Amino acid sequence: MKFLSLVWSNLKRKKLRTSLTMLSLCVAFILFGLLSAIKESFSAGVELAGADRLIVRHKVSLIMTLPVAYKARMERVEGVAAVTHQTWFNGIYQDEPKNFFASMPVEPEPFLAMYPEYVLPAEQKEAWLKTRTGVIVGRTLAERFNWKIGDRVPLMSPIWPRKGDEAWTFDIVGIYDGEKKGTDTSGFYFRHDYFDEGRAQGEGEVGWYSVRIQDPEQAAATAAAIDAEFANSPYETKAEPEGAFIQGFAQQIGDIGAILTAILSAVFFTILLVTGNTMAQAVRERTEEIGVLKSMGFTNELVLALVLAESCLIAAVGGLSGLGLAWLFISAGNPAPTMLSVFYLPNHYLGIGVGLVLALGLVAGIFPAIQAMRLQIAVALRRNA
Amino acid sequence: MSTGQEVLVRVENVEKTFRRGSEEVHVLSGMNLDVPSGEFLALMGPSGSGKTTLLNLIGGLDRTTTGSVKIGSERLDQMSDRQLAAWRARHVGFVFQFYNLMPALNAERNVELPLLLTHLSRAQRKRHVQTALEVVGLSHRAKHYPRTLSGGEQQRVGIARAIVTDPTLLLCDEPTGDLDRKSGDEILSLLQALNQDQGKTIVMVTHDPHASNRATRTVYLEKGQLSAEKPE
Repeated sequence: MKFLSLVWSNLKRKKLRTSLTMLSLCVAFILFGLLSAIKESFSAGVELAGADRLIVRHKVSLIMTLPVAYKARMERVEGVAAVTHQTWFNGIYQDEPKNFFASMPVEPEPFLAMYPEYVLPAEQKEAWLKTRTGVIVGRTLAERFNWKIGDRVPLMSPIWPRKGDEAWTFDIVGIYDGEKKGTDTSGFYFRHDYFDEGRAQGEGEVGWYSVRIQDPEQAAATAAAIDAEFANSPYETKAEPEGAFIQGFAQQIGDIGAILTAILSAVFFTILLVTGNTMAQAVRERTEEIGVLKSMGFTNELVLALVLAESCLIAAVGGLSGLGLAWLFISAGNPAPTMLSVFYLPNHYLGIGVGLVLALGLVAGIFPAIQAMRLQIAVALRRNA
Repeated sequence: MSTGQEVLVRVENVEKTFRRGSEEVHVLSGMNLDVPSGEFLALMGPSGSGKTTLLNLIGGLDRTTTGSVKIGSERLDQMSDRQLAAWRARHVGFVFQFYNLMPALNAERNVELPLLLTHLSRAQRKRHVQTALEVVGLSHRAKHYPRTLSGGEQQRVGIARAIVTDPTLLLCDEPTGDLDRKSGDEILSLLQALNQDQGKTIVMVTHDPHASNRATRTVYLEKGQLSAEKPE
């Protein structure tokens, strides 16, 4: 600790250079935080996907529907414990395309049993079962539009127009929360019976099935059995684990993880050069001072440690303030709820960030530190003479 | 060369060779020197004669090519880098021509630097620093940064830094070389007082006969050889 003030004093001697380096680090770590939150948004569903759930969709494409009658046949397949279905509704609120969110007709009881991670108070569940036009919305979505229980919400769907071209109207009867932090609470789930009777076409068809299986170890075999059941029919199926389904869905717009990793790698490589250059300059400018310190009895190892400490301190001040600002920004709310179903910075990314700060400090400082460590005292002092 | 007192510094058959490109430069050859404890020795000679090299060898800042340097009972040429660093921290204080203070630290924190290598507490270090600054007459400038001090004051801080650990040996490389006559005289008086009142053994490299007159003995170095008489 007694050397910390010496390290800090050295940083203060070139205030502008140190500040700019710290600012660069700060910006890089803000970017790291934000991109990590975005990456998490795309991968959270995969991580939280039930290991015992399969998604069964039309073999050709997700946008093609399946008969509702498949449900009973699926329930009879060996290894299947429960089946329910959903359909992509593509609802738009107040006729504004930006007011888009995930909206699906579902069967209330089987749906809630299939997705226990959606936490809904019992009285709200009762209200949903009693109200034909009832809808439950996630907490994030309710906050986005300031909805509360009792509100009536009109939606338009370009895929599923209502008979008579009227707007679909729903009564909010429940607001669900997520069991875990990353659970998507931006959904809008309404009753399939109301939807099926009201839609202008496609009666008796559903988007996809969610299937709970008895043994997650047998997921592949059960998926194969389901697909075999509907082979050579007009509606052949593709069954896959829920995680793989969500990942495939996300990858329709590209491998988000790889894209973000590439961006961050470029940013950190640049920052490494900036910080490394700062440290190299700092050591070069202080050649004589390093010689003087050694003449007083500072060992080579201590000089190495002091330069590394300086580098790590720059990285820590810049990087940790960047992480902090990113965390504040992310905590302020989801800036793009249409695109990102969840938006938060998980603790493990904060841990990775702190690790990166330390690694950056060490790597940026190691070469100048070794240079300082190897510096011969007589040579260092001669430079001044 | 001995005055009969106990020898503190013994330089024996020392050779120092530097390599400049493909050429070998012999800076010191067959050098012998004894410095008794409590002596104030001036080391004079023309530029490039090897004065600073000899001082660096005595201070453990550099290593001999052959021969030995013994301070008290310890052979510097046989020590590892780490042992040498620990020895410097305990036994030697350096005063440089250009003061070599840390510009980012104020006077008292410059003086405190060697004490960071000790196990002294913060309060003990503070007391030692105050004492050293009082000795050089600069306690009223303790909070001043080097850029706000005159050359003479900076050199006083440099001397305070050199004596704060109470070393047996003070090595001064042209301590008045960057100062005007008046400031130079003050520094020389200070070194003299440290020698006479506190018994510090001082080896001072200088070009200046006026400075060497303050020493108890002067030796001359030319072409890598020492003599008691000024060469013609």
